[in-house]
Amino acid sequence: MKNAKKEKFFKTEKTPVEPYDEAALLEAQHLTKSFGELKVLNDISEKIYEGEKIAIIGPSGSGKSTFLRCLNVLEDPTDGYVFFEGNNLCNLKVDINLQRRRMGMVFQHFNLFNNMSVLKNITLAPVYVGMHDLRRAKLNNFKIKLLNLFKKKDKKTPLEEISKTAKEIKAEAKANAMRLLERIGLADKADVYPSTLSGGQRQRIAIVRALAMNPKVMLFDEPTSALDPEMVGEVLALIKEVANEGMTMVIVTHEMNFAREVATRVLFMDEGKITEQGTPEKIFGAPESDRLKDFLSKVL
Amino acid sequence: MQNYILANLFTQIGKIFSTQKYMKYVWRGLWNTLYISVCAAVIGLFIGTIVAIIKIQPKTKAWTVPKIICEAYTTVIRGTPMALQLFIMAFAVFAIRGFPLAVTAIIAFGINSGAYVSENIRAGILSVDKGQTEAGRALGVSGGFTMMRIVIPQGMKNVIPSVGNELIALIKETSIVSMVGTVYDLTYVSKLIGAPNELATYLAPMLVSAAFYLLIVYALTLAIKLIERRLRKSEKR
Repeated sequence: MKNAKKEKFFKTEKTPVEPYDEAALLEAQHLTKSFGELKVLNDISEKIYEGEKIAIIGPSGSGKSTFLRCLNVLEDPTDGYVFFEGNNLCNLKVDINLQRRRMGMVFQHFNLFNNMSVLKNITLAPVYVGMHDLRRAKLNNFKIKLLNLFKKKDKKTPLEEISKTAKEIKAEAKANAMRLLERIGLADKADVYPSTLSGGQRQRIAIVRALAMNPKVMLFDEPTSALDPEMVGEVLALIKEVANEGMTMVIVTHEMNFAREVATRVLFMDEGKITEQGTPEKIFGAPESDRLKDFLSKVL
Repeated sequence: MQNYILANLFTQIGKIFSTQKYMKYVWRGLWNTLYISVCAAVIGLFIGTIVAIIKIQPKTKAWTVPKIICEAYTTVIRGTPMALQLFIMAFAVFAIRGFPLAVTAIIAFGINSGAYVSENIRAGILSVDKGQTEAGRALGVSGGFTMMRIVIPQGMKNVIPSVGNELIALIKETSIVSMVGTVYDLTYVSKLIGAPNELATYLAPMLVSAAFYLLIVYALTLAIKLIERRLRKSEKR
């Protein structure tokens, strides 16, 4: 009895890492997530290739959002691994911040920073990254200079090149943010706080904020579920626009028509598993399993 | 008889305000009270913020010991009287010859208010939506930076009324220091003015001291209101 209890609490054995597929941009291996007894994700293995637009549909509580959040490790998976461009994100030795910079994420409730103006919201991360690199380079240069004092003239290590000053980094981030704001037609809102904006405007700014980091893949967590029906259109139009530029996307959505239009592949999730997947024509036109048929008859 | 005392009181208060010797004491007391409470408040806010941040960390192995220390700190400090803490500090911990009592008081009051402030700040940090942290982390910004630039500024806004309360209590609590020894704070000074035979009363100088405490607290209240309005700028519609 005692042993059984121990096993339950100290079960740390994980499935061994399998070699990752180099062609895939994002790869989930045996992804499992459980909250206590409840298994939200049950051994999901999936590969996402560059340029794909993937829509994840399914009933609520099926683990769609959790799966998406596991893809950039906002939610720590209990078991399994996520590979992004060959980096194992579940390995603690990998700098997760460095990887997340290349994965944009858009949330259901926008999550704009309430204490900053719209412009600051967008420039925060690019400026942070730029300044971080600058400081690292400066520190490194200082170390090199110190070490150079004890070296012979011909053996001195060259200094790291600093291409941009702090001012340039900020100016560049601002110019980029203004360009993005102009693209969505909200350039006049650059200096206002998010609380003054409508839901649709906020979500578009959240999308632009993710785009400002030039991500390789965008993850959308139900981007339109918290919006008024009137505002859904403008957000979906922007997502479509980004999709047409060739961005890789993973979208959790309840908008079936949108999924049909944009997606190149649709995943149907139920009870923590991907039970059916295929092109939108196949999923919506000729569903195989009864569960999917049942689900589609309810939402369509 | 009653009228006589009242009239006498007014003349005595007038005398305190008009006599240079007494006013020198009062200004000195005001200055000492202010600088003890300001320094203690700074120490308290500093300790409080650090303790609050440690307390909200996830329950991992690395954080176990710091969390236990912080938990013990708040329990002990909040569970014992301020006066006793000050006595222990003055007569045991810093019982060094020539160590100024004012510094002891600053440290003791700082540690004391840190325990109370930490709980307030913790509540403030927890009041910020988790999505804000997630959004920051999802952009690839480090956890510490997210905390400093996004979560704490927003939490501060909610914390200001209760922390202001704490600071007001602290200012008045500093009067305890006059029990321990010779620190020329407002309370001690009022005793000092009343002691010589010229006035023959403690009531008038104590009322003057009380008025000055009230003045400080009222100024602080106004300052807090101003700061709060500034911080709530982002909520204006």
